[in-house]
Amino acid sequence: MPHLAAAEEAAGEQHRRSPSPPRPQRAGRARRTRRRLEPLAWLAPATILIAVVVIWPIVALVQTSMQNITPIGVTIGSAGAKNFSKLFHDPNLPGILARTVLWVVAVVGITMLISLGLAQLFNQRFPGRRITRWALIAPWAASVMMTALIFRWMLQPDSGAINIFLHQLGIVHQFNSNESSWLGRPDSAMAWMIGVAVFVSLPFTTYTLLAGLQTIPGELFEAARVDGASQWRSYRSITLPLLRPAFVVAVVINVMNVFNSFPIIWEMTRGGPGYATNTTTVFMYNLKESYIGEAAAMSVVNFSLIIVIVLIYLRVNNWNRQAAR
Amino acid sequence: MAAGTLLARRGTSPRRLPTIKTAIIAAAAYVIAIIFLLPYAEMLITALRPQRELLGRNYVPHHFAWSNLTNMWGSSFGITTSLRVSLEVAGGATVLVLLVAIPAAYYTARHHFRGRGLFLLVVLVTQILQPTALIVGIYKEFLNFHLIDTVWALIMVNAGFNMAFAVWILNAYFASIPVEIEEAAMVDGSSRFGTMFRVTFPLALPGVVTALIFTFIAAWNEFIAALTLTTSNDVTPLTVRLDSFIGQYTVDWQHLFGASVVATIPVLILFALIERRVVGGLTAGSIR
Repeated sequence: MPHLAAAEEAAGEQHRRSPSPPRPQRAGRARRTRRRLEPLAWLAPATILIAVVVIWPIVALVQTSMQNITPIGVTIGSAGAKNFSKLFHDPNLPGILARTVLWVVAVVGITMLISLGLAQLFNQRFPGRRITRWALIAPWAASVMMTALIFRWMLQPDSGAINIFLHQLGIVHQFNSNESSWLGRPDSAMAWMIGVAVFVSLPFTTYTLLAGLQTIPGELFEAARVDGASQWRSYRSITLPLLRPAFVVAVVINVMNVFNSFPIIWEMTRGGPGYATNTTTVFMYNLKESYIGEAAAMSVVNFSLIIVIVLIYLRVNNWNRQAAR
Repeated sequence: MAAGTLLARRGTSPRRLPTIKTAIIAAAAYVIAIIFLLPYAEMLITALRPQRELLGRNYVPHHFAWSNLTNMWGSSFGITTSLRVSLEVAGGATVLVLLVAIPAAYYTARHHFRGRGLFLLVVLVTQILQPTALIVGIYKEFLNFHLIDTVWALIMVNAGFNMAFAVWILNAYFASIPVEIEEAAMVDGSSRFGTMFRVTFPLALPGVVTALIFTFIAAWNEFIAALTLTTSNDVTPLTVRLDSFIGQYTVDWQHLFGASVVATIPVLILFALIERRVVGGLTAGSIR
């Protein structure tokens, strides 16, 4: 499939190649107005949809963050910055922020490391490659919420499949105990949820890296081999540098997905015990139940972070397109 | 290569070395593939566990209760209703996405005009935004419009956040179709719209199918917007319905996972069909 950069260029060229037909003088103004309005007609449906579903909520969000709304949903005037100061003085917030950083860094770091290996493996030729690649996409296609539920079930302290396995290995000594109750303790719950998040992230990052690997011309490896370079050397000096565009895009999109991830933590612990496994996203949702103003304030903070990620993404996208030219 | 075949024909060993390597690679790939499928196998096995053996400490129950798969449709679980809602939401969102994305993708692929860059930039930004961060705003908006507990709200949200993918993938396809083909059709007396429907769309069909399947799956699996925007049982899609099972006194895990299996299998098959084209659309074409 042609990539967008090339596609855009091609479209540009077509445009430049065909000079606009000579315009009769008197058609003048009416025609020009029509010409100017024409794009509007084609783009209006998409633009309206974006305005209603994306732009409007952003405005509503910022508004709500400055309103005083009771738990039953009645707006009783402006709150000024009170929602924000309440949020920032929440004793749970520092822990939640630290946990969010840990969550994103750990999930993205582990995911990228594993998918570098997986991409290399699935880029080799071997019988049955097509089928194994299909197996790889299962967690991507399936609902994350259902995947999280099945992990919750497998970790169940009394008879979960993972606990049965760990019992056979001698790691878990007793069922229905504190040690087999992985999701009951904040630290082990976090570790398992990071594992599940890695599991559902791997297909996308691996596929992106696979697409990146395919853009590297095979002759380069041939040449390196002729020059006597070891496999590790040619991986470090050819594959890694040329894989960078794909790698960076995969990281940024993955960061966005993981930061916004809600179903995994929601289904496995609901953020508990207490607030001990909340990230900012889950905390925002938990606040929404009764303190919608404060929830909106949390969302505004989250959204500011997201804008930073978006800007990085746009930057990276630009680099990659320029590199593709 | 040629030397390799020659040696092999002479019956010496150098050809066996790569074979062993291939075998190791293949074995590793098979093991990984199985690991990726295990949770979904467990989903299926649990769906077939008889009530008595639900908490059995074994990987596979002694008996399979195939009747679970028929019992779960009973009205008390609401799975039938939710499945219908999920179909309506995913189907509606898919139709809406195609309706708005096709004209936008076609026009931006064919014409250079003022504001084109801005439009594509906005689309690129919505691509990586997700409903999660905006959920409080989305909730307030639909509350104002009295659209809470309607499938329309879910259709719009899902369409809005998945439109970008469709625009990218279709834009790339339209741009790859030479204008000359369209011009030739128009010279032969076809109208502009006639040309679009008879010439351009059929050529861009793989792109349309990819956009269609991708949007359907994304809307089918969507969770947080549905959880926030629906309260009544008549309009909760399957993901929200399954969530409501959790926390009840007795959770019917076998039915919960039975419904999950039913929801997951078609999606796996559909996704396998478009697998190769998805990355290009998700990375806005900057890879591949």
